[in-house]
Amino acid sequence: MPLKIRKRDDPWKWGALVVFLGALLFSLAISGLLLAGQGKDALEGLYVLWQGSFGNLWALEGALLKAIPLFLCSLGVAIAFRMQIWNIGAEGQFALGAIGATWMALLFPDLPGIILLPLMFVMAFLFGGFWAFIPAFLKLKLRVNEIISTLMLNYIAILLLDFLVFGVWKDPASFGFPMTPEFTSGAVIPHIGESRVHWGILFCTVVGIGLWAFMRYTRLGFELQASGQGSRVAKYAKIRYGMLVMLVMTLSGGFAGWAGCVETSAVLNRLQPSLMVGYGYTAIVVAWLARLEPLNIAFASFLLAALRVGVENLQLELQIPASFGVIMEGMILLTVLAGQFFLTYKLERKHRS
Amino acid sequence: MKKLFKLFTVLAASMVLMLSLFACGEAPQEEKSEEPAKVEEAVASKEEAKIVKAGFVYVSPVGDAGYSYAHDLGRKSVDALDFATTAFVESVPEGADSERVIRNMARKGFDVIFTTSFGYMDPTMKVAKEFPDTKFMHCSGFKKSTNVTNYFGRIYQSRYLTGMVAGAMTKSNKLGYVAAFPIPEVIRGINAFTVGARQVNPDAEVRVVWTKTWYDPALEKDAAKSLLDAGCDIIAQHQDSPAPQEAAQEAGAYSIGYNSDMSSFAPKAHLTSAIWNWGPMYAKIVGQVRDGSWQGDQAVWWSMQDGVVDIAPMGPMVPEDVKIIVESAKADLMKGNDICFVGPIKDQDGNIKIAEGEKATDAQLHDMMWFVEGVVGTVK
Repeated sequence: MPLKIRKRDDPWKWGALVVFLGALLFSLAISGLLLAGQGKDALEGLYVLWQGSFGNLWALEGALLKAIPLFLCSLGVAIAFRMQIWNIGAEGQFALGAIGATWMALLFPDLPGIILLPLMFVMAFLFGGFWAFIPAFLKLKLRVNEIISTLMLNYIAILLLDFLVFGVWKDPASFGFPMTPEFTSGAVIPHIGESRVHWGILFCTVVGIGLWAFMRYTRLGFELQASGQGSRVAKYAKIRYGMLVMLVMTLSGGFAGWAGCVETSAVLNRLQPSLMVGYGYTAIVVAWLARLEPLNIAFASFLLAALRVGVENLQLELQIPASFGVIMEGMILLTVLAGQFFLTYKLERKHRS
Repeated sequence: MKKLFKLFTVLAASMVLMLSLFACGEAPQEEKSEEPAKVEEAVASKEEAKIVKAGFVYVSPVGDAGYSYAHDLGRKSVDALDFATTAFVESVPEGADSERVIRNMARKGFDVIFTTSFGYMDPTMKVAKEFPDTKFMHCSGFKKSTNVTNYFGRIYQSRYLTGMVAGAMTKSNKLGYVAAFPIPEVIRGINAFTVGARQVNPDAEVRVVWTKTWYDPALEKDAAKSLLDAGCDIIAQHQDSPAPQEAAQEAGAYSIGYNSDMSSFAPKAHLTSAIWNWGPMYAKIVGQVRDGSWQGDQAVWWSMQDGVVDIAPMGPMVPEDVKIIVESAKADLMKGNDICFVGPIKDQDGNIKIAEGEKATDAQLHDMMWFVEGVVGTVK
């Protein structure tokens, strides 16, 4: 049957959901085949994956915890991307946020949490925001491509973090290992009740809704979206494009900085190099997967985190290599992104003429 | 209308989030009610078979011929015991992710869990607190508690011996050392290597380049090349990739491997390797867990005598007389006579750090953040 590709005239209602589920099914089926190829029971494998991702409270807890930094970074990346500013530097801004928060935690160890934590968040936002402001400034004044400058600043940020934990901030009681002293209780975001999930999740919800409302209901938010059409459009509409670029980048970096603050404070309770596991880069994938929508980002980061947690379970239960998990993640992302083709185009039977 | 709908979805989503939070908050209570049954079950099944479940957490893939590979060889010798089963998770990043993996293992009823990288220390301590009946063995850290024992091997003893080989084989008297991170573990190795080399060749000096990586073949190869360009004719390394070995072979120089016998990667260059041999001690630990003699709250540092560290067979290019010297030093170590850091030992500035006739204490070794005389480089 001959088919042809045609652009959709109207958006496909529920299309996003159909495409997403279809892509998920497709990649799970291939994963099953891969499992079978390794001599494992494919159905059992998928069940173990499900169990490890969503089948248990502890799995959900683990996924939620991992989704928090991913969500904040991704939110930051997404607002920059919406304006077609390509901020690849969430990783470095994340590191700077962690550094800012740690600085406060080490400087005022005796303050109660109610003062110290807000101080850490403010400093994390300023540090992360500043790190993103640099490429914005360079872009506007010297026309430096922000893709390159944000990426390069990542390396500098990580080296700066290393410099601090290997040097001036090193815990004297750590036998020379690179880490700061453990934070005092005032600098640690508390857990919610008896669970392992911390209050950072509420912070995420507030930030997410706040950003959505800002984009939707404020004039500035509207200008941001309009500027996404390009600087010429923006100038035509008498929008202060340069100011917006700097604002958006600062916000973007600030969000990543918050992620660094939350992760350092609530999860590691100290600054150490193992903080950097690539959230800033994964965030870019999440942002695209979610088509830059805040609510979708929440779901996408949770899904990706859950997948990661589930794959660990799969590794443990079935003793498959770690790279299998990476392959599976990659496949799901690729199919979902490729599937978005069907949102703009559709296949039609060719009419004989 | 559309706006309203969107607002509604957002509200619904946040409700779902909050609900799931409450659900999580209630979680421990539910678990508690199940606990007695679980414990009984566990006890019953243990008495039936007395099978010990041992879990291993690795920081890198097991196929890397390096650090995790060596630990996994140890795991395999545990797996060969008729009273033990094992499982492992590889490529687990240090920090938050490792905590989840370790907790998952503890929850699944593993009796003893080996966490084999330094960065797993805090996560191991946290999980150990939640699972007081599970036994934890943490490698290369310094914290311990009633159910956590930390362990490591005196790989510096192997370094000392490989240093002797290098010192005897060098013509330029310049030895290159591609080093990972300026932490005591690595610095100790460089120092032992240098002392060993100068034992047989007082003119030998060791040039150090930091890569700040544990596994980055391209970078580590470049570092080795820069040392070769600076006139070094032997390359030693403290990373998991065999890339420095390859660089040495390509330049027609010699090399000293680490972690496992790296001769297959550079047969023409490879003199020997400082190697880990975890099998015997891992089997012993699991045996102790089984018969109840395992002890927590210990800090054990196994030596060559215990069979945990060794050197790989020396290559055909090493002359007999060198082999004899090295073997006799090894015989000393095998007797428990730690000859690596015997005073007088000076630091780079010529200050006496270990006085004549004294030996370095374990505290001095643990905290070693200075280079011995003969090292060219800084600890930063």
